[in-house]
Amino acid sequence: MLGTNPFFELATVISPGLMQGYVILMVLLVIGGTILDMLHKKSAQYFFENAKRAQKDAKRTLGGGEKASIAMQTVANEVLASAEFKSTRRRISHLFTMYGFVIFVVSTAVLIFGYATEAAAGIWPVLWHLGALSLCFGGYWFWFFIRVDVASEGVKWYNFNGRGDIFIVGLITMPTFALLWSVTMGTGALNTLFFVLFIASATVLFGSVFWSKFAHMFFKPAAAYQKRCLKADGSRENLPDDYDLTDPAVQARYPDIPEYMGTNPPDMGLGIGREPPRHY
Amino acid sequence: MPTFVYMTRCDGCGHCVDICPSDIMHIDKVTRRAYNIEPNMCWECYSCVKACPHQAIDVRGYADFAPLGHSVRVKRDEEKGVIAWRIKFRNGKKDMDLLAPITTKPWGTSIPQLRDVPAPTQEQRNSELLFNEPKYIRFDDGDLHTLESNGLKMVEGVEGF
Repeated sequence: MLGTNPFFELATVISPGLMQGYVILMVLLVIGGTILDMLHKKSAQYFFENAKRAQKDAKRTLGGGEKASIAMQTVANEVLASAEFKSTRRRISHLFTMYGFVIFVVSTAVLIFGYATEAAAGIWPVLWHLGALSLCFGGYWFWFFIRVDVASEGVKWYNFNGRGDIFIVGLITMPTFALLWSVTMGTGALNTLFFVLFIASATVLFGSVFWSKFAHMFFKPAAAYQKRCLKADGSRENLPDDYDLTDPAVQARYPDIPEYMGTNPPDMGLGIGREPPRHY
Repeated sequence: MPTFVYMTRCDGCGHCVDICPSDIMHIDKVTRRAYNIEPNMCWECYSCVKACPHQAIDVRGYADFAPLGHSVRVKRDEEKGVIAWRIKFRNGKKDMDLLAPITTKPWGTSIPQLRDVPAPTQEQRNSELLFNEPKYIRFDDGDLHTLESNGLKMVEGVEGF
């Protein structure tokens, strides 16, 4: 079942051209929504103003090579491994959702543009199904167990929370109905119903970028890159330095450190990070 | 002046929600990021600022120890056991760095055992003073407390300490 190309079956009812047109329309909706979102929230303006302010406080100028290295680190840590999440379960759920989404979207595009008229599509149908499963796993985990305000704001799993939930609802219903559509292939009305729901959820997900938090996947990497740059150029957004407590210069400047903690202070443990936040 | 959250830094982890003694740090339902729901009620204890793992919370401080427009930022590093403060004046020239060991007791190890504390006497009950009123602010044992009467002296600048 995982190796079946669902779009081959679909091509007998809907022309590949129409499918391709729909994919292009969704891409345009995402681009348009993101631009409108940026204009409305003035996020790009904020980034540039922040960068300009930080430049004034910078203790040194970063070279091109250094910036490229920071960009690589950002891609390796924040983008590919979601390192900005301090909560491990949230990070794992995010990784399942993110990779599932990317694999699902890319394999959908490949199947529609490359294999809509061929039953045998190599590894792509498997990737399509696995991407959808991964997206469902990460998405439902988030919806039922991680939604951060479940306890503090009294939001139950069945409460739909308007704009805050458009993105995640689109994100979990799209692969759910996609899988159900694929599984019920050839069962007539039920299959058609799932296909309609699949398209409806995909349209909600990609068409609501302006109102949802879809655009975070574009500005979060930019924010992470900027955060690393601010640390590297010494401006640090006015934050204190990361002191090395074993450094004799630091110990001379702050004599309380060697006096109370010794010249080689031990690891003091996780402290507040030992307990995950439970909201009351 | 109260705390505020840099939305691009916050990941909605909820540490500030847990630690806020006034219960005013909440998670926004739309953006899933923390925000101060009742700025009037914030007494600037800096608990959330120190608890935030991303340094995403900041405070616009009063003019009580630096002229308005200054920046006071703090980084509490539990693993190193130190807390670092940086106070920068609005002219950008006065820029102070402070570093000190964390002196609070480890989390959950210092729960007051009030049942073991002797009960207040009738005289204490009738007194207008609070239970355990700090001695430096008491007025009932003679004159007004001053630095001099307590054997302390003023030192210029924060670095002096």
